[in-house]
Amino acid sequence: MFRRSEQDKRPPVQIFVDGVAVAARQGDTVSAALLASSCDARRSTAVSGAPRLPYCMMGVCFDCLVTIDGVGNRQGCLVPVAEGMQVEIQKGKREIGK
Amino acid sequence: MTMAPKRETYDVVVIGAGPAGLAAAATSAEAGLSTLLLDENIGPGGQVFRAIASTPVTERDQLGADYWAGADLVQALRASDAEIIHRATVWSLDRNLEIAVSVGGASAFVKAQRVILATGALERPFPISGWTLPGVMTAGAAQTMLKSSALVPDGRTVIAGQGPLLWLLAAQILRLGGRIDRILDTTARSNYFAALPHAFAFLTSPYFAKGLSMMREVKAKVQVVSGVTELSASGDGRLTNVSYVAGSKRETIPADLLLLHQGVVPNVNLAMAAGIEHRWDELQLCWSPVLDASGNSTVAGIAIAGDGAGIGGAMAAVVRGRIAARAAVEVLAPAAAAKLAPMATLRADLAKAERGRVFLDTLFRPAPQFRIPAGDTIVCRCEEVTAKDILDAVAIGATGPNQLKAYRRTGMGPCQGRLCGLTVTELMAQARAKTPQEIGYYRLRAPVKPITLAELAAIPKSEADVKAVVRG
Repeated sequence: MFRRSEQDKRPPVQIFVDGVAVAARQGDTVSAALLASSCDARRSTAVSGAPRLPYCMMGVCFDCLVTIDGVGNRQGCLVPVAEGMQVEIQKGKREIGK
Repeated sequence: MTMAPKRETYDVVVIGAGPAGLAAAATSAEAGLSTLLLDENIGPGGQVFRAIASTPVTERDQLGADYWAGADLVQALRASDAEIIHRATVWSLDRNLEIAVSVGGASAFVKAQRVILATGALERPFPISGWTLPGVMTAGAAQTMLKSSALVPDGRTVIAGQGPLLWLLAAQILRLGGRIDRILDTTARSNYFAALPHAFAFLTSPYFAKGLSMMREVKAKVQVVSGVTELSASGDGRLTNVSYVAGSKRETIPADLLLLHQGVVPNVNLAMAAGIEHRWDELQLCWSPVLDASGNSTVAGIAIAGDGAGIGGAMAAVVRGRIAARAAVEVLAPAAAAKLAPMATLRADLAKAERGRVFLDTLFRPAPQFRIPAGDTIVCRCEEVTAKDILDAVAIGATGPNQLKAYRRTGMGPCQGRLCGLTVTELMAQARAKTPQEIGYYRLRAPVKPITLAELAAIPKSEADVKAVVRG
């Protein structure tokens, strides 16, 4: 859906999405890194299980919710990537304890 | 940068580091007031100057001169003594000017003598059939990715809607080598006539020449369909098609990405939760706070600057920030106000920056069918409530948005009504033959952004706090 412009010279950052290594760039938000990658980043909603991807990318729609380093329901569009970060795509309701 | 505030009290706390907040904090600090700027994003700039200090887009012309103007604001702020905290989510503000802010998973409380809210705008909901499908995003979302990560649309891309941002985004995508297959312009033809009486002011505004050349630039490269009166997205599990009607002709085109935009509206959540009175703005079709000429709200000590005070654009936002900060300085440190630009000068600057706004508001007033959906179109994205669900609730007695929560949970999901509030108000107003003002809006309360229960529980408590809730 999106690709990186050649002029982007930021250093790479490796994150893991459901255990799979994904190449991001320093300064990417988690959501931007997911949308730039080839992985299926669609979460499914807590209400009906419908698939969703980020809608607003500015912290208001909450369609970017992901589990980051074990903490559920984080707004992926507001969190910058960090080396080794573990991202999990949320399917359905958030699990108790996450 | 993600550190808790250094002090417990400040003369001025500014919330939001977009154009208004950057200007307000710099002005306040320049006058010697202890100033704290809290911002939710990774870096300064808000939306319009998003990633101004870190963008990987090095070819400056691609983003345009208006964008880079933001760098001066950041520089002025950083040269001041203002304390700046990013990734700081303000989740409560009350009448005592006490602010609760979440930074790095822990909450801190600060008290201010003056608060300047510069929480800006968000994109107006665009509730068409299929707008929740993966692959449908706002134009602003694409622009955010373009500015902060140099990402451009790659697959079959359709942009639909209206307003200045739409054309700016299209130009930026093309300059960065991104793909746009078609632009669907939903501007109602009747709006051109309605806007005509206001055209002169716009012709003399700084936006006119820029807007025109940008539209020419885009139209030379992309097929633009104007007069679009119906629009929907479809696909199984993700977007595959966009359908539209223009001039009584229906067409369906394949698409991987649909970017929607029909203007921006004030982001009211924090201001309303603080108890600030808002009124329905019939021209801008949104809630705007009741303010005096210096941006002071109906809650003593809280001012609002920038698009949160009513949509005026980035240039107006900067001036409104300076006006609100100067007004704070005049009260808290009158002697220091002499160092700042005189109020009369600032008001003249504001009038200049706001010139032509009525023309834009009238021309780009979204048509009813794109604001007030029907049938199975989802209104509340979080709780997945359709227009029909809401009309059914009205039929059995729901009178307004707050009652509707009990019927359908609209506005009670994580976005707290940000993506459905305006639609619900207008839909219920139409169904009940009332004005939006009469129908009202969700009653908003803290926390205005979700925080974890663990974070809430970890807040320091006094003995009295504990006694207030413990039995026996």
